Formats: sequence, structure tokens, C-alpha cells
Amino acid sequence: MDPALSAVRLSVREAVHTLSSEDGGRIFSTLGSLKRYLGQTENPALPGEQEEFARVHFSAFLRCLVSKLSPDWLELLPDGQLEELWASFFLEGPADQAFLVLMESIEGTAGPSFRLMKMAQLLARFLSAGRMAAVLEGQCWQHTESASPLLQEMLLIRVVGLPDRLGNRLQRESLAVFLPQNYFPLLGEEIVRVLQAVVDSLRGGLDCSVSFVSQVLGKACVHGRQKEILGVLVPRLTALTQGSCLWQRVCWRLVERVPDRAMEAVLTGLVEAAPGPEVLSRLLGNLVMNSRKAQFVLTQKLLFLQYRCTTPMLQSLLGYLATDSQRRPLLVQALKELLETWGSSSAVRHTPLPQQRYVSKAVLICLVHLGDAELHDSRDELLASLMAGVKCRLDSSLPPVRRLGMVVAEVASTRIHPEGPPLRFQYEEDELSREMLALATSRPAADGSLETGPSVPPVAADTPDKEPEESDIPQPRPDGSDSELDSDDEFVPYDMSGDQELKSSKAPMYVRDCVEALTTSENWERWEAALRALEGLVFRSPAATREVSVELAKVLLHLEEKTSVAGFEGLRQRALVAVTVTDPARVAKYLTSQFYALNYSLRQRMDILDVLTLAAQELSRPGRLGRAPQRGSPGPASQPSSAVAPTWRAVVEERIRSKTRRFSKGSAGRGPAAGPNEFNSVAGYFFFPLIQHFDRPLVTFDLLGDDQLVLGRLAHTLGALMYLAVNTTVAVPMGKALLEFVWALRFHGDAYVRRGLLSAVSSVLLSVPAERLLADLPDELLEARAWLADVAEKDPDEDCRLLAVKALLLLEKLKDKLLPLSFP
Amino acid sequence: MAAPPPPDPQFVLRGTQSAVHALHFCGGAQGQGHPLLLSGSLSGLVHIWSLQTRRAVATLDGHEGQCVTWLQTLPQGHQLLSQGRDLKLCLWDLAEGRNAVVDSVRLESIGFCRGSVLARGHQHWTLAVPGRGSDEVQILEMPSKTSVCTLKPEADAKPGMPMCLELWQANSSPRPLLLAGYEDGSVALWDVSERKVCSRIACHTEPVMALDFDSQKARGVSGSAEKALAVWSLDEQQALQALRTQELTNPGIADVKIRPDRKILATAGWDHRIRVFHWWTMKPLAVLAFHSATVHCVAFATDGLLAAGSRDQRISVWSLYPRT
Repeated sequence: MDPALSAVRLSVREAVHTLSSEDGGRIFSTLGSLKRYLGQTENPALPGEQEEFARVHFSAFLRCLVSKLSPDWLELLPDGQLEELWASFFLEGPADQAFLVLMESIEGTAGPSFRLMKMAQLLARFLSAGRMAAVLEGQCWQHTESASPLLQEMLLIRVVGLPDRLGNRLQRESLAVFLPQNYFPLLGEEIVRVLQAVVDSLRGGLDCSVSFVSQVLGKACVHGRQKEILGVLVPRLTALTQGSCLWQRVCWRLVERVPDRAMEAVLTGLVEAAPGPEVLSRLLGNLVMNSRKAQFVLTQKLLFLQYRCTTPMLQSLLGYLATDSQRRPLLVQALKELLETWGSSSAVRHTPLPQQRYVSKAVLICLVHLGDAELHDSRDELLASLMAGVKCRLDSSLPPVRRLGMVVAEVASTRIHPEGPPLRFQYEEDELSREMLALATSRPAADGSLETGPSVPPVAADTPDKEPEESDIPQPRPDGSDSELDSDDEFVPYDMSGDQELKSSKAPMYVRDCVEALTTSENWERWEAALRALEGLVFRSPAATREVSVELAKVLLHLEEKTSVAGFEGLRQRALVAVTVTDPARVAKYLTSQFYALNYSLRQRMDILDVLTLAAQELSRPGRLGRAPQRGSPGPASQPSSAVAPTWRAVVEERIRSKTRRFSKGSAGRGPAAGPNEFNSVAGYFFFPLIQHFDRPLVTFDLLGDDQLVLGRLAHTLGALMYLAVNTTVAVPMGKALLEFVWALRFHGDAYVRRGLLSAVSSVLLSVPAERLLADLPDELLEARAWLADVAEKDPDEDCRLLAVKALLLLEKLKDKLLPLSFP
Repeated sequence: MAAPPPPDPQFVLRGTQSAVHALHFCGGAQGQGHPLLLSGSLSGLVHIWSLQTRRAVATLDGHEGQCVTWLQTLPQGHQLLSQGRDLKLCLWDLAEGRNAVVDSVRLESIGFCRGSVLARGHQHWTLAVPGRGSDEVQILEMPSKTSVCTLKPEADAKPGMPMCLELWQANSSPRPLLLAGYEDGSVALWDVSERKVCSRIACHTEPVMALDFDSQKARGVSGSAEKALAVWSLDEQQALQALRTQELTNPGIADVKIRPDRKILATAGWDHRIRVFHWWTMKPLAVLAFHSATVHCVAFATDGLLAAGSRDQRISVWSLYPRT
């Protein structure tokens, strides 16, 4: 045996022996002499001895030191000299071993104790002294020789799991530095230092590996600490990689060496933390070409399997794909696949709206990044998917889906097929469509501004639109400034909404005149005046209306807007509602029969539904008899007295109140007068004819086929009628029929129809008395409940889920209401 | 902030028994009793209303049952000019409760054109009325009734009849100027003493029904039978320039007046409505829909009160944006 090595062993054994003694001075000197082997004293031991000590004896010795730790032992020498010396072994010796022993002893200590706290404090010192960098760094050099995978694995688990382990052990006593939100940023800083060391040594021509650091990074991200660790790492790396090829290569290597199972977590975190595509490109390099896993994550998983990325993240990600010519084919491929998904009718039906928005945004961003030539190469394919998508989106009965289709179609068609006639849709602008259009018009900061770095916010796209608006505002100011220029404050304009064009012809005075004017008149002013006057006339003369009610309803239903009359739809609808309310039985009978008749447009059929709902609402409104006629069209001239009356009345009442002494204060206002629900007697006319024929397709009208929009409206209408029939005698048979209707259609593919069905179930639960529900419809209720639970859990449409949950809550309430009855 | 609902009239004067075609406020400012409102009606009567009692205090009958189209008091004393369609311009003495015709001028034109008057020193005033020829304006020196001149457009101009007149005088020069709106929709500025047109612009495509001029800002406004008001200005070279047009909902402006403080202006519409605009910006401020027939005339009092007379035989009086 090598004498030098045995000398080391001897001195260690001696030291261990000495530690057990009670003589503080001797312990101190022995430990001091042992520190020679750590190499930081004035006369260090020979390198061979140092290595031997570090390799063989250090861990064991540290364990021994730990075992000696106790209050008495530390007080053998005054002023904490001994403790200082004791700690220095951990802080100055080989970092990985010291770290492992520290962790091991902390975990091995049962329950809170002096030793545990001391060790924890020591660990905190260890961390704050930057020794973690030494731990990591050690693994970077070791790779060539004895890098035992077991040890690395152990170290990895300890390094990343430190907050959890310490938290488990210390419970509430844990120190701030061990909390994940503090520890992982610290770890990030240490990683930067390690990388700095790696870069330095690479500059010096030394070989080393970052794979352990990659593993640490990967594991931390898998543990869900991307924000903490990358929040520190990415800004630093962004700055460091700028202009340094070496740093970039180290960085690429770092990400590349991340184990496959952690790749997704790391990449997601990076995409999120990177401020823009060019930074991402610097950090990742051509990773997406080298690593299959990375390619899968970036081009498939983040785009198709998830939809949680924010818009800036999407812009970074797709911008990253676009920044290098090698990666651009991937972007083209991604666009193709995105459009394919976008255009698939099954996806439109079965994916939730947020995901559809997500895919649409991704499509638009791709289009911004791709050049005309690239698009031209695969134009046919792209156009085919686009058109398929537009078609099934426009077919959808949900307005947001339709609008999405229109926006994407407009933008995409101009890019893919610029020569063709531009597609133009009419849609109301909302926040989403504006955002999408801004995405489509924002040029990527690709060429010139690439070097401006991360400070370019991706939202800057819509600012140029605003500026001209602002400069428009002072324009109404007249030319030339005048000292007399009044501030407009004192001239607040009055309401001028009543300023309409004056009509020359007189409005008809009788309902029959109106009918005649509407059917035969070629005089459009008279026609319009008749239409405007009709609602008021109907309410004023119900008897005259009843004589011609069905005829009038027929005329109104078939009325077409031949001239552009402002508010035509509203006028016609109000008139129809008025007629229906005046003569409910006959008109409702007529309207419901026409709903399933041939030769009506979908618009007319939906009008019928709307009118029936509104009329039922009017009929069932409590106390409607008192003020029904007031709903007539607003008078042509303002009545000067009407505005004055309330004030004097208030004054008089106030005066009376002040002069009157009351002995007790009752409730001041009376509730609305009670009255019979007029809908009671006619609800059947409204409801049953509508629900009977829905499953019999006509040549022109197929509710169960293409005309699902009307089916959805029908379901909503039936639900509304059911709800309005509360407290009526027909509610029970209506509820029964409605539940059957719902049951027949419960798996309908259209979200709008399902929403209607769900609201219908809710209104059944609200309108039918609880006892009758239980007595007459127990099976239906059970079935409905199972279905609702299913929908609440699995339906792709968010509103459907919400409605189902609401219906379930109503069911629960129903149960609560019935339970006290059965168990008094 | 929601716009306040349109205001109601402060009060309404009824009792003219026929359509109101002319309105004029007088008095009040000089401290000679309470302000009066004069109204001229289709039946040829001139009513004098007290704004305090809101009753007619006197009725003048001097136009033989023919419509009274223009009323104007003279700055000095209680003298009233009334123009009627009986081709007579009467000068009334109203001092101390008198109501007698002291003088009258024979008119030559049967059109609807209202006259205009410009006071020039004590007991001297210039009067502009439509002249004998259909396109002429006659200038008279009063009270001597001497015809000063006749303003006849050049032969090739053919502007049609004069529809409205406005005599005024710039602060800097004593020469009287006349603004005249013509049947072809143009507004012309005449230099009366030189009898020539200084400037002329075509503001409208329909006859100019009314105009008013703000001599301090050198800006004027005119209304016609079409659906727009025209605002124009006068530059230093005495040239008229169109500034802008203000679109209206319904066609036809019978009268337009700028409030004496030059803050707002009011128009009388054939669509039964009175419209109020901010004079400087022409921002619409109010649409007063009170009358049930054509509004023929509007007038402002010096204190800002607005009166409007209509074919529905009512005179509505409004207090809008009171002067501070």
C-alpha cells in the first residue's frame, strides 16, 4: 500500500477517535490539521493525499462530524470556534459529497431537533455560499472518468427535490431559502454560473459536458417549476447569447441534452419565457431539426394537442420556426396541418370554441410568416382545407364559430390566393375579430428589427390604427382660432333621436285600413305608415282586431321589406306579437300550423317561433291588463305635460307626508296586483302543435337534417313556453312531452340544439310542480339526470356544460324540497 | 353621458286665430317697461304680446286682411315697421299706447321677400325692399321715402327674384352693404352706394329662403328649400366664401336667426321643427318638435329668449342655453 495513502487513513482514523473525546483544544487542533487535506491552508497536503482524502474518507468523516453534533460538543470551545471549524469542512470540501451528506443527515434525523436545525442552517449557508454551483460544476468535469450514473441520479434527485425534502422534514420550521419560489431562482442563478464556467473552460480548450445541468433543468421543469427557474435563466441567457457564438452553442447543447421525457416541460417553459421569436431562436438553435422529441412538441403537441399557449407564445413559437431557412419547411407543414384541422368538420363540431380560436390564431400567424412563394407551392391543398373549413363554420349555428370562419377566410384567402377576388363577409367587429385582424396585419419583426432584441412587444401591432383617430378628434374645430371660442361645456346637446324624416301621408286609423294598405298599397309611404301604426291600433281596438286576426297574421307573416324601412323587422314582429296577444287561440293555431307548412323560408319559421315566445311572455306577464295599451308606438310629438307631472306629484306627496303623522310604518309600496295567468288557457295552442311534427321532414324543411339552426330555435322556444306556463294546469303534460322531445334529441351533434334542450330541461324543472314531477315523471327524471351528469362532464361546448350543471343544481334543489315532505 | 331629453317650451301664446308669419321682440332693454313680442299673422293682424302677462295687449290692423310678412321696430322710439302682402309697408307709432299708422310705403313687388332696415344716425334709416322689377331691390331713404337707387343684377346673371335681404354696415366703413338671397340659390353682396355686386356665391340649388349675418365675425348662414344650411364668410376683399354646409333631416328652412350674443342660431323648418345649432361650430344642439305645422319664423330677444311662430297658429317661447 502506498505509504502516503495509509498516512491519510491513519490521520483520519485518529481524528475520528479524537472527536469522541471531551477535550475541546485537542479536537480543534486535530480538525485543523485535517483541513490540510482540503487544500486551503498555508501548508496543504500533497495532491495525491488530498485526492485520496476526498475520494475515500471525506464522506465518512463528514458523517462522523454530523454524528458528533450536539449542543455540549459545540460548547467545548468558546465563541463557536468549533462550530465554525466544523462547518468549514462542509463548505470547503468537495461540494457534491458535502451536499449528499447534508441531505442524507437531514433526512435521517427524525423529528425536529437541535441537530436538524443546525444542519438545515448549514445547508442554507451552503446554498448562499454558492456551493450549489460547485456541485453542478463537479458533474460537468467528471463525465470522462468515473461518472457513476447512480451517484448522478442520486445527486439529481436531491438537487431538484431539495425544497420538497426539506419541507417534509422541517414542516413549518422551513427556512425561506428552501421554499420553491426562492430555491429555484437560486438554482437558475447557479446554473448560469456553471455555464459561465463551462464557457470559460471551453475558451481555454478544456472539454466538458453540460448534460448534468440539462438533467437538472429538465427535472426542475418536469416538477412544474418552469416559471421560477426559467424566469431567471432566460433573461440572463438572452443577454449572454447576444453576439456570442460560444454561448449560443452552449445554450443549444444545454437544451439538446435535456432528457426526452423532460423535453416538453422545458420547451413549453422556454417558449413562454422567451420574449420573442428571435430570442427563442438564439436559445434553441436548430433543435427542432435535431431532436425528434422537440420537433414533436413544437410542431404537434403545442399546436394541436393543447391550446393553452397565449398569443405571444404562439407568435414566438411560429416565429421561431420561420426564422431559419432550414426550419421553414416545418412551418409550411404546420400550416397545412393547422388548416386541415381547421377545415375538418368533425373538429368544428367536437372541439371547444377556445381551441378553435387557438388554431385560427395559429393559422393567421403562420400566414403572416410565410412568403408568397411558399404559399403558392401548396396553394391547392391549403385552399381546399380552407374552403371546407369556411363551409362548415358558416353552417354552424353558433355566431362566434361563424365569425371565426369569416375572419380567417377573409385573411387567409387574400394571402393564399391574392390574385383572386377578395372574400368579404359582413360581421360585427368584436374584440376577438379585431385581435385576429391585428395578428394578420402585424408584420413579423423578422428582418430589420431582429437585432432590437426582446424589447419589441408583440402587441404593438394595433397602435398605428389608433393614431389617426386621435388626430381626427380636434378636426371639428373650425379653422382659425378665435378668442371667443366657447368651450362646448355650456352647450350640451339635447337628445335628438326624435329627429326623423317627416312623413307626408297620414297613418291609417283602423285595423282594417292597415290590412288593406299592407296588402294592396303601392303607395310606400302609406304602407310604411300602416306598418308603424299597426301595433298601437291593435292594442287600442282589440275587438276589431279579433275580426281579422288570422288574416292580419297571415299578411304580416308574408310581409316583405320592399322598401328600406328603418326597423322593419322590429315593427313587423311587434305587430305580429300584438295580434297574437289580442287573439291568442286562433292566431297561435294558425302560426303553429304554418311552422310546419311547405314553402316558408327559415327566416319566416324562426319569426314564428320568436313571435310565439314573445306573445306568450306578454300573456303571462302579471298585471299586463293595466298597461298593455301603453306599449304602442311612441307618439309623434312630445307631450309637454308628461315631463312636468311627476315633479308636481312628487312635491305634493312630499308635502302630504310632511304634514301627516303616522303611528306605524307599514310597507310603503304594494306588490303588483295578483291576476290570473292569461297564458293558462291558451298554452296548449302554443305548445303542442309545435312539438308534434318535428320528426317528419318535408321537402323543403328538414329539422333533423340540415335545418338544425331552426331545431335549436325550436328547442329554445319550447323551453321558453314551458317556463312561461308556470302555475298553469297544462304544465304537467307539457313537461312530459318536452322531456320526451329532449330525450329523442339528446345526442344531437349541434351545440346550439343541445343548449336549447338543456334550457328546456331546466324550464321543465322550474315550471312543473315538484310533487307532480316525482309522481308522474320519475323515470324521465332519472334518465334526464344521468344525461345531464354526462353532459356536464364531457360536452365539448362550455355553455352546454354550464347549462347542464345549472339543471343539475335545479334537480338537487327539487330533491331538497321533497325530502322534508317524505321525512317530516 | 346620456343626452338630456328635448326641452319643452317655456310657454305658448295662442290666440292669433291664424298662422303666424312674422315675429319680433321689442323693448325691455331700454328700461321702458316689459319686453313685448310682436307677431304678424296670415289674417293681416299684428298682435302685441306682453311677455309678463303672456296676453295680447294690443292688436294692430293695417294690412287689409293680407298676410303680414315682416315686423321690425326702429331703434329710436316706439316705431314699428310692418310689411304686408297688400303691397304696403306701414310705419306705426306705438308710443304711449298709441297704435296708429303714421306713414306707409307703397311696395311694388308681390313676392314673399322681407325687407331690411339699417339705422343711420338719428331719425335716419335706410330701407331695402324688393323693387318693381322681379329681380330688383329698391333702396329707400327714410323717413323721407326718397328712392336712393335700385339694385338690378347684370343682364346675364339672372338670379331670379330676391328672396331675403339683410342690410348692414361694416364697423370700419360707413358704406351700407346689402346681402341678398336669390331665387336661384345664390347669395350676393351688394355695395349699395356703388350699386354693384361685390361678390356672389351659389350656396344652394333651391331658392334661398332666409339668411342672417354676423357682422363681427363676418360670417353668415343661409337656409333654403333644400336639406342643408350653408355657412359662408366674407373676407377682407369683400368676397364671399362658402365655409361648409350643415345637412338636415328634412328639407325646407323658412327662417334663420342668430342669437344677439352670437352663440347659437335657430332655424324654422317646414318639417314643423325648430333646430338649434352652435353658431361657431354648427354642432346641432336641439331639435324642438313642438309645432304641428310648418314653422314660419323664429326670433331672438336680446336676453336670449327664442320665439317661433307656426302655421298651427301658436307661438312657442323657449329659453335655451341661457346667457350667463
